[in-house]
Amino acid sequence: MLNEKLKLHPKIFDDAPEAQPLRAGFGEGLVEAARADKNVVGLCADLTVSTRMDAFKKEFPDRFVEMGVAEQNLAVTASGMAAMGKVPFITSYAMFSPGRNWEQIRTTICYNDRPVKIVGSHAGISVGPDGGTHQAIEDMAIMRVIPRMVVIAPCDSNEAKKATIAMAKSDFAKFPTYLRLAREKTPLMTTLETPFEIGKAYELWRGDNPQVAFIGCGPVLHNTLKAAKKLSEEGIGSVVLNVHTVKPLDEEAIVALAKEVGAVVTVEEHQIAGGFGSAVSEALAAHHPVPCEFIGMHDAFGQSGKPEELIEHYGMGTSHIIDAARRVIGRK
Amino acid sequence: MITDEKIQFVAEKAQAIRESIIEMLIAAGSGHTAGPLGMADIFSLLYFHTLKHDPKNPAWAERDRLVLSNGHICPVQYATMAHAGYFPVEELKTLRKFGSKLQGHPHREYLDSVEVSSGPLGSGLGQAVGMAIAERMDNGVTSPKFFYALLSDGEHDCGVMWEAAMLAGKQHLHNLIAIVDRNNIQIDGITEDIMPLEPLRAKWEAFNWHVQEVDGHNLRALDTAIGEAKSVNAKPSVIIAHTVPGKGIPEIERDYRWHGDPPGKGPTDKIPADKQGEVFLHELRTLRGKIVGEHE
Repeated sequence: MLNEKLKLHPKIFDDAPEAQPLRAGFGEGLVEAARADKNVVGLCADLTVSTRMDAFKKEFPDRFVEMGVAEQNLAVTASGMAAMGKVPFITSYAMFSPGRNWEQIRTTICYNDRPVKIVGSHAGISVGPDGGTHQAIEDMAIMRVIPRMVVIAPCDSNEAKKATIAMAKSDFAKFPTYLRLAREKTPLMTTLETPFEIGKAYELWRGDNPQVAFIGCGPVLHNTLKAAKKLSEEGIGSVVLNVHTVKPLDEEAIVALAKEVGAVVTVEEHQIAGGFGSAVSEALAAHHPVPCEFIGMHDAFGQSGKPEELIEHYGMGTSHIIDAARRVIGRK
Repeated sequence: MITDEKIQFVAEKAQAIRESIIEMLIAAGSGHTAGPLGMADIFSLLYFHTLKHDPKNPAWAERDRLVLSNGHICPVQYATMAHAGYFPVEELKTLRKFGSKLQGHPHREYLDSVEVSSGPLGSGLGQAVGMAIAERMDNGVTSPKFFYALLSDGEHDCGVMWEAAMLAGKQHLHNLIAIVDRNNIQIDGITEDIMPLEPLRAKWEAFNWHVQEVDGHNLRALDTAIGEAKSVNAKPSVIIAHTVPGKGIPEIERDYRWHGDPPGKGPTDKIPADKQGEVFLHELRTLRGKIVGEHE
């Protein structure tokens, strides 16, 4: 059953759920964060509209810097601005930032301890028709390995908005942070009333006598919820945990759930190697090893296609998640 | 205008800095020799004459910012800062040792009086550009702060450096002053063999910078060039400082093989390894008067 306390979206299981792109929530959140703190500034590498920084640029033209197609200097310049007390948000496609500017992020932002907020849009294979060059499916892996970096992968537009605001003003404001966004409209699972705290995992679904835990992040949690519902109709109980903060990981919630349920399926729109599932299994291996199955990209590049086609082709559809659950229960 | 007495003072400090560089590299047993020696005059001028700063209050908000981009020449920055009073000169001997403030390449976490951590090349200019943009957002074009970016010639090979140069030109950052250590060497050899930079002046001009070229060991000429750079309107400035790598030690001067080795581990065709430290310190001390007199 959906967790009533979280005030989740009433149309989650509709045939046509309400949908918004993650980047839209970011755009709204950035304007709010900027209204609250005059030190919030925005830098963009020639993708202002498609990363949804345009509303910020319109309201705060003097706090916006157009960088041109120069992602390395995007990171470096933001570091310099942070050195003078600014809270810079930098945007591009995830493939280019943090894809192209990893060393600059490591040295000038994280090693330098500057609170730059790296916002990578168009992550995942659901970018669709643009094809494999533009589908960032390694970004969480390369960001979570850098000391100090906070990594957030919101599940929907509302969560992206809350994450953006929290990055600028919560206890985490002083940390460099990576926010992972996506291009396409994806179903709303949460509402603006749903609680959000960086570093805290939320249980979206809990069935009777759960036998398997789905631990996931990002929009593919919608397929996961559909899988949980379908399994419950077949009498198999499960729990769905939304771990929007990939780092620092809510190990307490993850380990407690693994102890209770005894089998885990991780779900992400990202390479299995080094990504979210790896982070979860590091925590489980250290504290409470249980059988795990991993939904995500298995050492492959994407290709052009419709988002839903690609999600199915690469094994992240509802049926794949159900199959993984059955497999992992069988391994208990 | 810099007085004769001040030139004498800054030149003496530069020689003391050179001796400290050799001493600290001997103690460390690794590190870069040629570049730091070549930049001693410029560092001495900046810290003892040009910069608005307070060694006893490094976090003073109104200070000028000095960003060292090519972090591998940090022995010259550490030695200069010690002589300027940021920390005891004695501490220079901890260079590159476990737990030292003086990391092999600068790290703010260990030495918070350096503006940036650096080492991976190409990223200093962009950080100085970001600082200058942020300053203008807060205090407008009349801000009294200046932002100095110290660059190597070799790092002009890096694409990110030109991204930053382009942005600075676009942003008309008049209070940004880059100083290029044009010493013509990099690790693999002579810059013009490895990746030709000339016409370097024309390249910077094409990026909408005000460009000057000076002898990087002539303190009066350097001071004049910095004065002109400060007065330029609506453009960032670059001073291409022609320096001699290894300046002050004839066996090291202009020899790219001394780019990355300390005394005791450098080329042995002129001086055996076990004599290098001793000979170099002796040369610096005996040549002191000659070098100090070169700044007119």
